Amino acid sequence: MPFIPHTPQDIAEMLQVIGVRSVSELFEEIPAELLAGPLTGVPLALSEIEISRLMSDRAAIDGRPLNFIGGGAYEHHIPAPVWAIATRGEFYSAYTPYQAEASQGTLQLIYEYQSMLSELTGMEVSNASLYDGASALAEACLMAVRANRSSLSRRILVPRTVNPLYLQVARSIVGNQGVTLVTLDYDRASGRMLAESLQQFTGQDVTALVVQQPNFFGVLEEVDELTDWAHANKALLIGVVNPLSLALLKPPGLWGGPASGNQGADIVCGEGQPLGVPLASGGPYFGFMTTRMQYVRQMPGRIVGRTLDAEGRPGFTLTLQAREQHIRRGKATSNICTNQGLTVTAATIYMSLMGAAGLERVAAACMQRSAQLLKALTAIRGVKTTFTGPRFHEVVLSLDRPAAAVLEELARRGILGGLDLSQHYPELKSALLVCATETKNDADIARYGQALAEVLGAASAKAGAA
Amino acid sequence: MNATTSSVTRKAAREPVIFEISKPGREAPTQFPPLARGPDAGAPALPAHLRRQARPAMPSVSELQAVRHFTRLSQLNFSIDTHFYPLGSCTMKYNPKACNSLAMLPEFLNRHPLAPASASQGFLACMFELQEMLREITGMHGVSLTPMAGAQGEFAGVAMIRAYHRARGDEGRNEIIVPEAAHGTNPATAAMCGCVVREIPCDSNGDVDIEALRAAAGPKTAGIMLTNPSTLGVFERKIVTVEKIVHAAGGLLYYDGANLNAILGKVRPGDMGFDVIHMNLHKTFSTPHGGGGPGSGAVGVGERLLPYLPIPVVGRDGERYRWLDERDRPKSIGRLSAFMGNAGVNMRAYIYMRMLGRDGMVRVAEFAALNANYMMRRLTAEGFDAAYGMRRASHEFIITLKRQHRQYNISAMDVAKRLLDYGMHAPTTYFPLLVPECLLIEPTETEAKEDLDRFCDAMSEILREMAETPEMVSKAPHTMPVRRLDDVRAAKLLDLVWKPAAARAGE
Repeated sequence: MPFIPHTPQDIAEMLQVIGVRSVSELFEEIPAELLAGPLTGVPLALSEIEISRLMSDRAAIDGRPLNFIGGGAYEHHIPAPVWAIATRGEFYSAYTPYQAEASQGTLQLIYEYQSMLSELTGMEVSNASLYDGASALAEACLMAVRANRSSLSRRILVPRTVNPLYLQVARSIVGNQGVTLVTLDYDRASGRMLAESLQQFTGQDVTALVVQQPNFFGVLEEVDELTDWAHANKALLIGVVNPLSLALLKPPGLWGGPASGNQGADIVCGEGQPLGVPLASGGPYFGFMTTRMQYVRQMPGRIVGRTLDAEGRPGFTLTLQAREQHIRRGKATSNICTNQGLTVTAATIYMSLMGAAGLERVAAACMQRSAQLLKALTAIRGVKTTFTGPRFHEVVLSLDRPAAAVLEELARRGILGGLDLSQHYPELKSALLVCATETKNDADIARYGQALAEVLGAASAKAGAA
Repeated sequence: MNATTSSVTRKAAREPVIFEISKPGREAPTQFPPLARGPDAGAPALPAHLRRQARPAMPSVSELQAVRHFTRLSQLNFSIDTHFYPLGSCTMKYNPKACNSLAMLPEFLNRHPLAPASASQGFLACMFELQEMLREITGMHGVSLTPMAGAQGEFAGVAMIRAYHRARGDEGRNEIIVPEAAHGTNPATAAMCGCVVREIPCDSNGDVDIEALRAAAGPKTAGIMLTNPSTLGVFERKIVTVEKIVHAAGGLLYYDGANLNAILGKVRPGDMGFDVIHMNLHKTFSTPHGGGGPGSGAVGVGERLLPYLPIPVVGRDGERYRWLDERDRPKSIGRLSAFMGNAGVNMRAYIYMRMLGRDGMVRVAEFAALNANYMMRRLTAEGFDAAYGMRRASHEFIITLKRQHRQYNISAMDVAKRLLDYGMHAPTTYFPLLVPECLLIEPTETEAKEDLDRFCDAMSEILREMAETPEMVSKAPHTMPVRRLDDVRAAKLLDLVWKPAAARAGE
């Protein structure tokens, strides 16, 4: 019996202790008319040999295309120790550290994680993680409503340069709580959010302003001005950031112009995937959240603290649990129960191995490779850069025709050429969001350039012949 | 059984915080990417006002130091792979290794979530078949895999119930009925969906108080959230009556899949009349708990809620699989994760289900029930009180230490801590809240009789200690890396991030 250790003798002895004749008697309290028949829709069991074959065959169907898609999930080198350690049974098969004394490994690791994320983002405190970047933004919006006591509007401004999938998720989650998300347009030339679109809200009751850095187009926003605007209007500033980029970019804790004292963002969140978590079709990743100490009690999710044991020695435990659902039930800060412990384990090992110098190298290599890709692709007739603003490691290209068909053609050649932006930005009809990370080398970039030239050239030749 | 109090026998010494073993200039350079050189190499410089000025104070260690540090940390944990872990309501069963290794095949690991369906047929086939199997075992009409944890599955379920009532123009239905024994996420979820919670009591046998339900159900009822078997570890025998009352009042029935392991293949929530269910794939389908996540909270719905399922869902056109999104499902409650939820977790659940197969499903429930009922009988024979000993246990059961607490002033928490000394993870304590001094014990089907016996023997030994050497219990644990931790201090003097010793001294 798969994964069931009972011998016939065990079963007989156990039934005797219970005082029943058969296992089915244990289910006698279920009304007989409800009992299920055989589950004909579930196939028969496979042995490990058979399932291994099936999964290898399925994997082979998908193959290993050369990937230039980013858009919120990034292909990075993951050092061998990261998952070798994260998948150790002691981490992999443990649960939420309710029994602190038997979970010091997980607890200390989360404390180290909290320390690293606080340091990277330049904020005072971090939680133990949330589900993913998108749901972290939704939670940040709800947290802002609780934290900004001077605001009654429950109105949050979200530029269209924020990941459109994040905006959709935030809407699904906060919509039932009377929170309004107002979108702000972007500047068609620079690709930055349109500063003028904020003016109509100046002096009004705004709960928070969301700023994504780098934004969804890969462009860097003028975070100082936006932070100062938010604070001048008694709004909280929610920063959505790529943690890897923070090795090079100004940490959100220091956003804001020097004239207003670099007040910094109030809540920082984002997707932790770039820190050692594989693409894996979109999850499991982890969302992170950091904030100022003054808002720690409004923060959702688990938090680990360092304390002392009965002998006065340091140890770690879950703390501030009075915010959470298992204590406060309907009045909790969120219904969230778990964090993303396993991926946080991977990220903590990743950050430790890379250190500040390594993270900086990875970020710089990504910038170099994407600049190199941009140069190679814009050398092709019919390909232009869309936006002028400064970039991190992603860039929007304008093609001379709709992107969808071009991408399909590239996919046939084993290249995932980027993300067609027209679905989320109908006004960007032939725009393509592309990304190159440190995993791409000269040959990869040359291969993409050649394929794109062929696809575009072949298509225009066809058009000319017709 | 010998669990000594001497501190020298502690399993492991304290491991320094990684910042304490850091040394400026130490690196793991093999992991660094090469930087291109030459005239074409440079990326455009970042504008000065957007640049970071000072390096973050991250760890600075060698590869070996990092490996050793995190390996040592892992050794401070109890886990399923190393210890019996009968944590009630969490279904801590064996996580088969093949589920992990096959989900981590490089093609799956490297698949970008936004890769086109044409380059993803292998992955999509697995997800489609997972949806179909979950539909079959729950008796539902449609399944979405996108919720990332049980609590998000709950959110999806209640949001769908609200969307359904709204679409019918029935705006006034904003009450969710919840039995008082419910998990804390239930009322928290209802609140997140803008609903008001109405709690109803259970009767002394652990079934829902039908008269209270009749009084609560009415034109304001959006729905009821139930687990069955309930958090009291017993099957809700009046489920058919509950279904009739709630549906007659115009409400819908939500099944919290926390305890699905108990009834897998035996009875299907759809056949019990439930309209929506979330499943905890990390419990019933044995994906790793990972130190507190990731989970996966797939939702299933009956016909009425089908249009509202969260997107994306995998659909099939002939032999091709594709994503169904807002264009196919305009009434959907929307997206809950940036992509499609915890795909890698879903993959592990898929592999597990294929290895169990049709007949393996029902065996899960049968042997989970056999193990739980056996332990309940053995523990009551050893002198413990089962909270619902007159009932059949489901996959779990509750021991109440109310009597021992009165007699020896030993709490459920003390016993939980003492069990750690015996090399077993503690059961869930103080949940459900309405049973005083309780231990909620869920052995799961993957534990052998010898391990169940070892636990029962330890409990019996602890009972003896309560009378003879009570300090062994009240001051436990004695053999863990740390003694009992000061939670009050942790919450009062918040120490949530590492600061160098100098900064600490100045505080």
